[in-house]
Amino acid sequence: MTPAISAAGLERRYRDHRALADVTFEVGTPCITGLLGRNGAGKSTLLRILAGQEFATAGRVRVFGAEPLENDTVLRRMILVRDNQTYPDLRVRHAVAAASLLYPNWDADLAGTLLDAYELPPARPIKKLSRGMRTALGLTIGLAARAELTLFDEPCAGLDGVARALFYDQLLADYAAHPRCIVLSTHLIDEAAELLDRVLVLDRGRLVLDAPADDLRGTMTSVTGQAGSVERLIAGRTTLNRCTLGTQTTAVMVGRLDDRDRELADHLRLRLERVTLQQLAGYAAEYHDRTVLTAVRTP
Amino acid sequence: MSLPDGDGPIFAQIAAELANQIADGTVGEGERVASSNEISAFYRVNPATAARSLTVLAEQGLVEKRRGVGMFVAKGARERLVQERRRGFADRYLRPLVVEAARLGIGLDELLGLVREELTSVEVTTGVKA
Repeated sequence: MTPAISAAGLERRYRDHRALADVTFEVGTPCITGLLGRNGAGKSTLLRILAGQEFATAGRVRVFGAEPLENDTVLRRMILVRDNQTYPDLRVRHAVAAASLLYPNWDADLAGTLLDAYELPPARPIKKLSRGMRTALGLTIGLAARAELTLFDEPCAGLDGVARALFYDQLLADYAAHPRCIVLSTHLIDEAAELLDRVLVLDRGRLVLDAPADDLRGTMTSVTGQAGSVERLIAGRTTLNRCTLGTQTTAVMVGRLDDRDRELADHLRLRLERVTLQQLAGYAAEYHDRTVLTAVRTP
Repeated sequence: MSLPDGDGPIFAQIAAELANQIADGTVGEGERVASSNEISAFYRVNPATAARSLTVLAEQGLVEKRRGVGMFVAKGARERLVQERRRGFADRYLRPLVVEAARLGIGLDELLGLVREELTSVEVTTGVKA
């Protein structure tokens, strides 16, 4: 089957700055993919290239098997909801009406439900909306468009916790009813972690991690206790990060723990803590040029 | 709703949670278990993860699929879970209890006394209909 997205050797340069370098991956459908990475890692650039809103300097990108750039057939099958999206001088209901004409799978009922849920007044000029409300308008359009490829760039920027929870719930409910290919870039990694099938981590324009989300859980563990005991448990394993406070040491080790490791840890009175996806993405970026992450990439 | 902060894969944690509900009788034999979409919404996890947790239960023979209707708790599922857990009881509960007691200098008699005291003070719902 043709993947929803395929990128090969993708590069994007702005003068001296390389925003994307040799990015290669494929995403099938249905799938919810998290595009993670720090500010300036290249997430938005990648999403804009996928959406045909920007040129790649080199490499190729295919969406549903076709070049997205200026390709109306493909562009109608996808939507990119940008962070801080700007709208022409319109009212909320005009923006919604315009979107309803553009997207063939548009669900007017869902749009109405979401406008109500986010308390967006249809008659209000978009210019008068708060940052959070403007974000909510983007999410409403993004979900109601029900495009086969739905790209959200920082969908939760400026949203409060209640509104974010609402978005996650609506996203899951609509995805369950209408499975499709959804990519979302986010800083709020741990909040979104359980929504994801797949995780892509970008760092300074490079793809440093590409793995099924479920495989990543438990591939790193943080171990805390007396320095000597910690050393005993982590002996022969790859460790990423160590810090010491007095006689206490915390080390982050790569690789899964089995029952015997847990028993030993218990015996040595070590505290084991799960490394969250947020931390894991950080380590992937920090250590990607070394082989230490092999265990994570191929669990 | 969120899961306890375990470190296994989410689908395994959800499967364990569902097995708990079968073991304690919250979901009785022959009753319908939640659909993967219901599980996905409840735990706020990816629907594929939710579906995988049901597959785990089906592979263990704890639930069975009735075409077009959903998944139902299999006959004898509760009994099997209880037997399994009885077998794991010492490892899972007694060992940590004994280890911690030794660390705190709690002797055998004192420990037995504490267990008796605890037994009289807690009310446990087992799901067995009296």
